[in-house]
Amino acid sequence: MSDTTDAAGRIISADGRPLKSSLNRALRREKLRALALIAPLLIFVLITFIAPIADMLFRSVENDIVSNTMPRTVASLRDWDSTSGEVPGAGVFESAYFDLAVAAQKKLHSQLGTRLNYELTGMSSMFRRTGRRMDDVGEVYMDQFAALDQAWESPEVWAAMIGDADWLASEKAWAKAQNPGTPPPAFEVKEGAQAALPLTAALYKDFAAYLRLNDGDSPTQEEPWPVFYAALYTDLINRPDAATAFSGADAQRLQTSAAAVTNFEAVDYKAAFVKADDGWGQVNTWATIKAFSPKYTPGYFLNAVDMQKTPQGISAQPESQQIYILLFKRTLFLSLTIMFSCIALGYPVAWLLANLPARSANLLLILVLLPFWTSLLVRTSAWKVLLQQQGVINDTLVWIGLVNDTDRLVLINNQFGTIVAMTHILLPFMILPLYSVMKTIPPSYLRAAKSLGATNWTAFWRVYFPQSVPGIGAGSILVFILSIGYYITPELVGGTTGTFISNRIAYHISSSLNWGLAAALGTILLVVVLALYWAYDRIVGIDNVKLGG
Amino acid sequence: MGANGTNEAFVAFDRVQKSYDGETLVVKDLNLAIAKGEFLTMLGPSGSGKTTCLMMLAGFETATNGEILLDGKPINSVPPHKRGIGMVFQNYALFPHMTVAENLSFPLEVRKIGKSDREAKVKRALEMVQMGDFGGRRPAQLSGGQQQRVALARALVFEPELVLMDEPLGALDKQLREHMQFEIKHIADSLGITVVYVTHDQTEALTMSDRVAVFEDGRIQQLAPPDQLYEAPENSFVAQFIGENNSLEGVVEQINNKVAVVRLDSGDLIDTIPVNVSQVGERTRVSIRPERVEFIKDRLSPDAHTLKAEVLEFVYMGDIFRTRLRVAGKDDFIIKSRNAPDQVRLKPGQTIEIGWMPEDCRALDA
Repeated sequence: MSDTTDAAGRIISADGRPLKSSLNRALRREKLRALALIAPLLIFVLITFIAPIADMLFRSVENDIVSNTMPRTVASLRDWDSTSGEVPGAGVFESAYFDLAVAAQKKLHSQLGTRLNYELTGMSSMFRRTGRRMDDVGEVYMDQFAALDQAWESPEVWAAMIGDADWLASEKAWAKAQNPGTPPPAFEVKEGAQAALPLTAALYKDFAAYLRLNDGDSPTQEEPWPVFYAALYTDLINRPDAATAFSGADAQRLQTSAAAVTNFEAVDYKAAFVKADDGWGQVNTWATIKAFSPKYTPGYFLNAVDMQKTPQGISAQPESQQIYILLFKRTLFLSLTIMFSCIALGYPVAWLLANLPARSANLLLILVLLPFWTSLLVRTSAWKVLLQQQGVINDTLVWIGLVNDTDRLVLINNQFGTIVAMTHILLPFMILPLYSVMKTIPPSYLRAAKSLGATNWTAFWRVYFPQSVPGIGAGSILVFILSIGYYITPELVGGTTGTFISNRIAYHISSSLNWGLAAALGTILLVVVLALYWAYDRIVGIDNVKLGG
Repeated sequence: MGANGTNEAFVAFDRVQKSYDGETLVVKDLNLAIAKGEFLTMLGPSGSGKTTCLMMLAGFETATNGEILLDGKPINSVPPHKRGIGMVFQNYALFPHMTVAENLSFPLEVRKIGKSDREAKVKRALEMVQMGDFGGRRPAQLSGGQQQRVALARALVFEPELVLMDEPLGALDKQLREHMQFEIKHIADSLGITVVYVTHDQTEALTMSDRVAVFEDGRIQQLAPPDQLYEAPENSFVAQFIGENNSLEGVVEQINNKVAVVRLDSGDLIDTIPVNVSQVGERTRVSIRPERVEFIKDRLSPDAHTLKAEVLEFVYMGDIFRTRLRVAGKDDFIIKSRNAPDQVRLKPGQTIEIGWMPEDCRALDA
């Protein structure tokens, strides 16, 4: 009765629905239940693990600090040919002035300097030095405007001239209320002011937004930035009839000023920049800014593989600065060495564990797990005590007479120290999967092989070993992946020749604060691990990995 | 071994003892001689020492004391792989990472036999167990019965003269097991190999063996061909262990070399053949096979002993009827009668007279 079919040949269940949809309906509840069970962990992992890692990895290509901090400069540099061998024209310097003056007020210029310093040494100090000089340039105009009309020094005048009337009213009400905690109302530009004084209005808008966000202060009370005067000068030179867009005192004042600015003493921005720092007069500086002006950059990744992005294209780093390829190679080599040491030391122990009677096996298993009960730092420090030149091992060797007291062995702060300490620390991760796999190999296989005429070695190598390979695979993957990202032990016992790439990543995260490079290095490490995992799957087959059973 | 004469044993256990812990003996003073070409079964309950004996013969356990001889030579210090003994394991122990053909090829490879020879031998061995088409499969792709055949072929492929089998059919279902019993027996006979077979299944032992060694408590209780073992058990353990058995307890009243008169605990007197009793007054356990008991007067011979019995239960089993009676105060007395057209079907509650031939009634140890 149940295998009746409908017109399309699908099997119909007892209630007349197609069997497939009946089954799906029946399974949906189960699937939802399963999803609900893993949901808390899934959300936890997404929020605390996946999202931060994704964000971190994104930093390896993110580069919007240049275009965010110097938008006008980036725009005007677009037409400049960095291979021309000539410093860009006055227009670029003017844009750079307005960008940097604002950045200096917001204290963003030193961050930009630090970022560009990764690409060209000296940029950091150049930006800091220049940032300090930016106000001087603005003050040249400020003094001239103030001499013309005292009102130009008043914050209220600026606010009333550029701000919208409604905004000004609510701003005043807010200032009167003296209500700390509530932010001032959002700034709005007066109709017409934007078109008449574009640069000044844009900068003022920036100023109001910055004050509102950072200090909670009102633009009506803060002294205007000196850069406004330079902007006003530029706007009035470009649009002498700007006053027509305003009314009352503002129009009057602008009218007078527009007439006067043609006689003002103008600032040579280029000269001012070069005076602040010679670097601005060099093509390389501008080429670097131009090269790193896009929002995304391969620069961090190039750095991570000892290359660099120069205005002339991609090239290798100078030999003295090549370090990361070496570190990657060393990390792989040391991790493989540690992995093979763990196999060599762990295999016999796991064999013994699997073949001893339960009582002794349990005792031995506790000994294997004993290291987990002591802190990682304690274990690593113990190796320091053992391996150092005045340490236990050297003392013993000297005492026996194998080693001369004057040339004691260097066993620590090198690769040897890292291999010894990490093999010791990661050994349980090899023994446990091996043990659980070996436990499932019945002793009758070995007996069968021997009864068929195989020597002990042949029986082991042809019959037992192939069946323990899944355990070796699982243990190797565990040990290798753990060691490739290991940080604390190489840091403590690795010296200079025994450190891993992770030590460098940690350095960039916490000391040099070059997070982009750290993220690029981390991404490469992740890709290498995934590639090795893929290769393992292709060669051995991931189905062959067993953690037990 | 032909040159040494036929009366010398091919496999011999000479006063072999085995202890694992130094306190108790698992095998106590084992003496056993197995002739060439013989199919000998070690039968016994678990823990009786039969598997230990097999493992000592294979070389996986060492005898604590005594000597094991193979073809006249002591092998106590010969490692397992040099003994040249084929072995079939309880769970087959087929190497899971090799194909069937590779499994069979393994013993030939370690013996450094050439490739073409190897292939021929593997093919022949697989055909012998009717698995010729399965050479490329992995053990996990075979059914239990097929794995069993492959294990057998592997133990035979290098042409050992002695093959040990450790409960090889234990994991198969009843029908397949019965089929394989005949097949193994047939192959062993046709190859002329010596087989030592361990089992706890007495039917298996009776069907297959030339001789059966019944193990209990680390000793061989009886070593005899199947018919003797069944019809003439030498002690009550063997009588109980092999086949179904009725036992009645009592005391010897008279005895001569042919007949012992036993007074049962219920007071009845019966004639028995003395096996393990020698003097008047000795307690004894009398053993009678259920199918040797008759309850129709006409069929009983005039000198047969009779006892009163009450029918408690009648079970129809197809080919036979199994009837449970209360006899001499015990209510576990079983009789079996053939399902023939003239057979009487007893009813519970009925009272009948039962009897048997004196020679079917054996007085054993109490």
